[in-house]
Amino acid sequence: MQWNSLNDFLHMGGYALYVWGSFGACALAMAVEPWLLGRRKQAVKERLSDKETD
Amino acid sequence: MSVSLINWFKFSSPASFYPLAGRLVPWFATIFFLLLCVGLWIALMMAPTDAQQGEGYRIIFVHVPASWMSMFIYCVMAFWSAIGLAFNTRLSGMMTSALAPTGALFAFLSLWTGSLWGKPMWGAWWVWDARLTSQLILFFLYLGFIALQAAIDDPRRADKAGAILALVGVINVPIIYFSVQWWNTLHQGASVSMTKAPSMAHIMLAGMLIMALAFWAYAITMALMRVRCIILERELASEWVKRNAME
Amino acid sequence: MKPRHKKLLLIVGGVAVLGIAAGLVLNAFRSNLVFFYTPTQIAQGEAPKDKAFRIGGLVKTGSLKRDGLTVHFIVTDTRKDTTVSYTGILPDLFKEGRGVVAEGKLGNDGQFTASQVLAKHDENYMPPEAKAALDQAQRQTARTLQP
Repeated sequence: MQWNSLNDFLHMGGYALYVWGSFGACALAMAVEPWLLGRRKQAVKERLSDKETD
Repeated sequence: MSVSLINWFKFSSPASFYPLAGRLVPWFATIFFLLLCVGLWIALMMAPTDAQQGEGYRIIFVHVPASWMSMFIYCVMAFWSAIGLAFNTRLSGMMTSALAPTGALFAFLSLWTGSLWGKPMWGAWWVWDARLTSQLILFFLYLGFIALQAAIDDPRRADKAGAILALVGVINVPIIYFSVQWWNTLHQGASVSMTKAPSMAHIMLAGMLIMALAFWAYAITMALMRVRCIILERELASEWVKRNAME
Repeated sequence: MKPRHKKLLLIVGGVAVLGIAAGLVLNAFRSNLVFFYTPTQIAQGEAPKDKAFRIGGLVKTGSLKRDGLTVHFIVTDTRKDTTVSYTGILPDLFKEGRGVVAEGKLGNDGQFTASQVLAKHDENYMPPEAKAALDQAQRQTARTLQP
């Protein structure tokens, strides 16, 4: 373990903006992409069931 | 063409690939989560401070995997494109289209994290050196591919046009990789390569490779999820979709 | 020849031609896409004159002098040296003995006035203790090699 306290960890030796900016962007991207795909799938299935009914 | 080859192509038709992809998604998603947990623990908790760059070097744990994936996904797209053009298979075009947005995302993340790394260490958000410029071109190639396919209505023609762009653009990948050797660049050389021992402490290297494998599993999961959407969208009218896809 | 094969041949040919064209463009690029010039190249007159360009090399150990906000240092590629002066904030990794890339103009006196200084770091990543051990080992090797 490299850190003495949570503050230490969040501070990242003064590089907090850069390190968390990088990890945060990746986390955001990897959360948004599956969500968008889920919505896309939902939309196709709705179109399918619309077809089914008419 | 031999009979067995034709049968194999029949098996790899969208109708039979759809349920297979559906079964694979949870597996790759699980692998991704497990590797991500281990990778992040090493990257943020176990890996020591770097002698030169302090804690700022930790960006490497997302920057390098994202950059590798952006190059690798483009190569896979070129591979599927070649298969599609040569054998005229429908699934290969769908696979190429399914990979492009994830590849574009990784190319963007590579540039974004690189910029956040360059500012404190080099002293600039961006420089026009060969490595950074060729990586930017890769990002534009992805965007160009997506735009080109969106501009053509007929899916088979869109596949063909995209395949040609993917095949022509793949020349950029070795240029990115070797740019740090061919030109004087601000970007440093490769820490990990096939020709020499890695110039990183073992625990740092382990963290980076595990993160790269996690990103790999993520990319496969996304591509499989997206190719299922594409298959449904394109084959909406066909019988098998009505029969099977509503589970 | 079937029309389908003909079309395939056309596509393959087209891709090949495009690939060769791209290769030629990039080869032309290759001779122009120089991010920085080394002090040796500058000494040989390869760097552009009356035009801003970048110089790259190592900051010579012991050459860094601070004069208020202005710093003076020598960039070396171990064969030739160039003196650089710069006013402004230096990046975190700027240190003597480390890589540097400076953008600016070369004066008639051979002095380089920089408008921007970038630090170029190497591809080695290791904890400070390992670095200290490595430095010590190198010093020892250097000592044993000296006559």
